Amino acid sequence: MRIAALVKRILLQIRRDKRTLALLFVAPIIVLTLMNLVFNGDPVEPELGIYSGNEQLVEKLVESDIIVHPYEDVIDLKTYIVEDDLDGFLQVDGINTMLTLQNDDPTIAKNLEMKVKQVLQQQFASAPMQQAISQPIIETDYVYGDSETVLFDTFSPILVGFFVFFFVFLIAGIGLLNERTTGTLERLLATPIKRGEIVSGYMIAYGLLAVIQTVIIVLFAVNVLDIVLVGSMWHVILINIVLALVALSLGILLSTFASSEFQMVQFIPLIIVPQVFFSGIFSIEGMAGWLQVLAKFMPLYYAADALKGVMYKGGGLGDISSDLYILLGFTIVFIILNMFTLKKYRKL
Amino acid sequence: MGEKKAIQIQQVSKSFGKKIVLNQLNYDILEGQIYGFIGPSGSGKTTLIKMLVGMDVPDHGAVVLLGEKMPNLPILQKIGYMAQSDALYTALTGKENLEFFASIFRLTKAERLERISYAAALVNLSDDLNKKVSTYSGGMKRRLSLAIAILQNPQIIILDEPTVGIDPALRVSIWNELLRLKKEEGKTIIVTTHVMDEAEHCDEIAMLRNGQFIATGSPDQLKVKYGVSNLNDVFIQAGGKLS
Repeated sequence: MRIAALVKRILLQIRRDKRTLALLFVAPIIVLTLMNLVFNGDPVEPELGIYSGNEQLVEKLVESDIIVHPYEDVIDLKTYIVEDDLDGFLQVDGINTMLTLQNDDPTIAKNLEMKVKQVLQQQFASAPMQQAISQPIIETDYVYGDSETVLFDTFSPILVGFFVFFFVFLIAGIGLLNERTTGTLERLLATPIKRGEIVSGYMIAYGLLAVIQTVIIVLFAVNVLDIVLVGSMWHVILINIVLALVALSLGILLSTFASSEFQMVQFIPLIIVPQVFFSGIFSIEGMAGWLQVLAKFMPLYYAADALKGVMYKGGGLGDISSDLYILLGFTIVFIILNMFTLKKYRKL
Repeated sequence: MGEKKAIQIQQVSKSFGKKIVLNQLNYDILEGQIYGFIGPSGSGKTTLIKMLVGMDVPDHGAVVLLGEKMPNLPILQKIGYMAQSDALYTALTGKENLEFFASIFRLTKAERLERISYAAALVNLSDDLNKKVSTYSGGMKRRLSLAIAILQNPQIIILDEPTVGIDPALRVSIWNELLRLKKEEGKTIIVTTHVMDEAEHCDEIAMLRNGQFIATGSPDQLKVKYGVSNLNDVFIQAGGKLS
């Protein structure tokens, strides 16, 4: 069978290419590990300047791992914050408190804000006299940025999908590109092989590699890196395999429009990077209407939605089926386009 | 020798943008003969060859192989093609390349073994089959391409500059084999070449310049027609008359 011959040949070629094998299987593991180490580092103890707070409050703040520096005045508190490199400054005036955050690192700022609010809530609850007023008033101000600054510390499921998409896209695309630049595709098309057989051969060969890659990444992420997985691991693998098919067919398709490996790499900022923006790392609901429409054309958007559904929310097959169907739809469209672009080489 | 037409080139024209590459070509190629397409670079040889194997289609006119209008997939099974540049999988060994193409042509296992050892022996590569193609010399790659072209025992063999980079001794043995294939197996062979003494081996020669056949006929006919003693002069004479 011609497809089998093609699959066998592609796998043999890849097996001889140790560097590509390493890129497929080892690189995602290294990057995931690195990300894991970076994001799961020891929490920094935030430093807080305080003005006119009582001793009890200071004690509570210290208990919740905040380094507290008492100040005598608040004449120029933003200068204090910047020059003394404080993460925040708390002014207490009766029941009104004013928290100013440096916010050069949103993660630390959010963390500090949360802790301070907790402490103030407790303080308030333990003072029965003031129960008449329902809530303590805490005003928050920021030195840099504002409260809209988002932090993305929980995107590991998206990352898993991203790696599968990225590496499969690149390697499959360059695989077919090589076949075109060395003239072997033309030679192949001078045989009775059908265009569909070529596309199928490529899909199956790189699909098999993608399955192995996906299983390795998912097992590693869940078992070694302890990435949160509420739902079934099989569903995660399924989503990634479907995503890999999209990446494969898209990579092969776009390789038609590249005349060298370098031009293939140029598709990364054009095709891969925008997908990251719409994958849910940044809130899509907050984007302009037309951008939200654009997101609907990004395969990674659906994959990320499905992955979050399974890994975070513990969703089952029913919850992700519509995402999977859309991804399969992308694949079918790209495969059909591939068949057409091969016509450039042989009209039949 | 049969008098059947293996290939008919009918009123074929082709242009890329404004440049006319082939201009109303008419030519019949008979079965069981060796044809030589001769012409300078850019004369349209390769474009014509690509039409014969169905990779390009004429803007006007038609190319008919074995009674079927090209492009036609089943006919491709009966064509052995060797492109001008070696299209080989360099990460694979010579044998793996041959096996791959043998499977693409759907040869049975027995046929595969037999044809691979035959083709490899023909081009003198039997001892190097298990080496990776990336370690091959230019001539060895050319020979492997030739072996692939005759692998599935095709009826028509189309070779685009087959002997470039091949040493004289091997060139002689390849030509002897092409002549044997013609005589004993009745193959139709089309060769493009720059080398005029190779053209002497052909039964028919078609000289191509600026997308037109400037002279056609057997080597002897051409020499008589232009009153010269070798093909080089025929080419110069014919070309001179045109301009």
